[in-house]
Amino acid sequence: MSILINKDTKILVQGLTGKTGTFHTEQALAYHGTQMVGGVHPKKGGKVWTNSSGYSLPIFATVAEGKEKTGADASVIYVPPAGAADAVIEAIEAEIGLIICITEGIPVLDMVRVKARLEKSKSRLIGPNCPGILTPEECKIGILPSSIFKKGFVGIVSRSGTLTYEAVFQTTNEGLGQTTVIGIGGDPVKGMEFIDVLEMFLADDATKSIIMIGEIGGTAEEKAAQFLKDEAKKGREKLTIGFIVGRTAPPGRTMGHAGAVISGGKGGAEDKIAAMEEAGIHVCSSPAKLGAMLTEVLKG
Amino acid sequence: MNIHEYQAKRLLYEYGAPIADGVAVYSVEQAEKWTKRLPGPFYVVKSQIHAGGRGKGKFKELGPDAKGGVRLSYSVEEVVANVREMLGCTLVTEQTGLAGKQVNRIYIENGTNIKRELYFSLLVDRVVGRVAFVVSTEGGMDIETVAAKTSDKIITLRVDPDKGVTRDDADKLADALNLEGPAREDGLKLFPIFYRAFVEKDMSLLEINPLIVMDNEHLRVLDAKISFDNNALFRHPDIVALSDILEENPKEIEASKYDLAYVALDGNIGCMVNGAGLAMATMDIIKLYGANPANFLDVGGGASEDKVKAAFKIIASDSNVKGILVNIFGGIMRCDVIAKGVVAAVKEIGLKVPLVVRLEGTNVERGKKILQDNNLDIIPADDLDSAAQKIVAAVKGA
Repeated sequence: MSILINKDTKILVQGLTGKTGTFHTEQALAYHGTQMVGGVHPKKGGKVWTNSSGYSLPIFATVAEGKEKTGADASVIYVPPAGAADAVIEAIEAEIGLIICITEGIPVLDMVRVKARLEKSKSRLIGPNCPGILTPEECKIGILPSSIFKKGFVGIVSRSGTLTYEAVFQTTNEGLGQTTVIGIGGDPVKGMEFIDVLEMFLADDATKSIIMIGEIGGTAEEKAAQFLKDEAKKGREKLTIGFIVGRTAPPGRTMGHAGAVISGGKGGAEDKIAAMEEAGIHVCSSPAKLGAMLTEVLKG
Repeated sequence: MNIHEYQAKRLLYEYGAPIADGVAVYSVEQAEKWTKRLPGPFYVVKSQIHAGGRGKGKFKELGPDAKGGVRLSYSVEEVVANVREMLGCTLVTEQTGLAGKQVNRIYIENGTNIKRELYFSLLVDRVVGRVAFVVSTEGGMDIETVAAKTSDKIITLRVDPDKGVTRDDADKLADALNLEGPAREDGLKLFPIFYRAFVEKDMSLLEINPLIVMDNEHLRVLDAKISFDNNALFRHPDIVALSDILEENPKEIEASKYDLAYVALDGNIGCMVNGAGLAMATMDIIKLYGANPANFLDVGGGASEDKVKAAFKIIASDSNVKGILVNIFGGIMRCDVIAKGVVAAVKEIGLKVPLVVRLEGTNVERGKKILQDNNLDIIPADDLDSAAQKIVAAVKGA
């Protein structure tokens, strides 16, 4: 099993015709036959996208049309920042179930607008500013480097893209492998949060253990820790390794005064680590030892 | 991006916010000439730097008994004397760090009789993904102090983006600030205006501390701090024009030209990494092995060879840097592009310090081959742990 995506997932690409969209769509097609079913471009509807090896995909003028003609249930967005929020909203309005927005640098108030729409819909959004989601040997959506994955039993969720790869690389090298890997993205206002993904990992039989990688800022990690603690009391518990990046980052570079106030003076690495340890999460001190630590804890 | 207080006030004034008459000056002559046009009878002389705590700040060049960065003056002559003393000096506040910031602009404002000082701000509340008002009757002091002492006096109100600030919202804010009479009328009019300014100009923080009730019972913006969302600057050329280049670190300016996220730090290991998370993790692990990073640098996803080259040059030209660690886990970023950029930079400026390169991910084999083919004096590493150990050892051994 896996969460959110599998070999049957059909994916549209918003921003297929750009350089980034083209490169990563080729990579996805090459990854165990991920079902990329078409592209969306408002001015290129009716045309055809062809990759370097001659494989082609239809391009639709709207997401709604693409969904109707292909039966797509997911959409990945590579649209540049200025138009990315509108692209997400278009996918929400077309009732796409899973939307993955890779775009980095979207204005935060655009995401506030997106979030309001998202809350009134049934769509799930991963990102923005994220690497995407991958279920090994079945489906890859986004920019994650294919070669490092291995089918296995670890569910990985992370706010940081490149650190997600570290966790994948290490669990593969340890022979543990992954069920599904999700980068939820580093932006302050985003779609799925840790809790949403953790809930799914707890419910997934194939996922035996979890790696969760957080960052300084905000209180999402504290909330996730509280969630795991509450679920454990109900008997829903899985071995979880945690890591918080940014222990040595200089304070105050990105967080405004009042921002710190609203989160009750929290957001520092030490608060998060304390909350995670209290919830029974094994917190790793080095980003290079996530896999090794999991192996060790599994041995007991 | 931050702007100065006087710029923030002018921006708010354009939206209809009440501010005092004032003039921004760059020289003693300007201060003499323009202060005469203010009605008086007293004035506030305010250093314009991008940092808080100016009033309690101290000037490096002046004696310990000299007054701070914000001064009251009761005549034009006194204003001019204060400007003469402050201009060009370095103001150190609790937010500037020990280096302080040079005062190159001074804002001279007409004095105001204050009855009450309130705290007012707007920001993006990331927990719910909405714009929120944060207000308190305890204005004029550090909001962290208020939060620590009397957190119940801080009121938060989140705005539904589809509705904007409703009459009900405005009433709640006015109640929270105990506004009555003309001040209440002003508040009901002003709260939606501040929200509109915040949204239209893509602010990330609008802080008015204090917002005051004057002795005539009306409201006035007495201090203002505005930060803008860097991601949205592309649609606000008018805001970009307000940036003050003297406020920025020169290396950070160079980095921003290439759209690189760079923060100067005080260690000696230069880092070039892709992804903010991995960049922070690289800093963390360098510290774990007993050394200190010289910088945070995220080359981002999809960087060009030129951008990588520029990034490497910024790091290598820092005289504090005794060793360089390139740590790349390619996803959207391809390892071959990184390798080409590093090779181009080294060919241009040479390599005077140990260089550890760890490449993994998209196109890793092509990247490694490019580095090998160019015979650079590189210490290769296969994972994050050994990369960090190798660069720390190389720097300590040097």
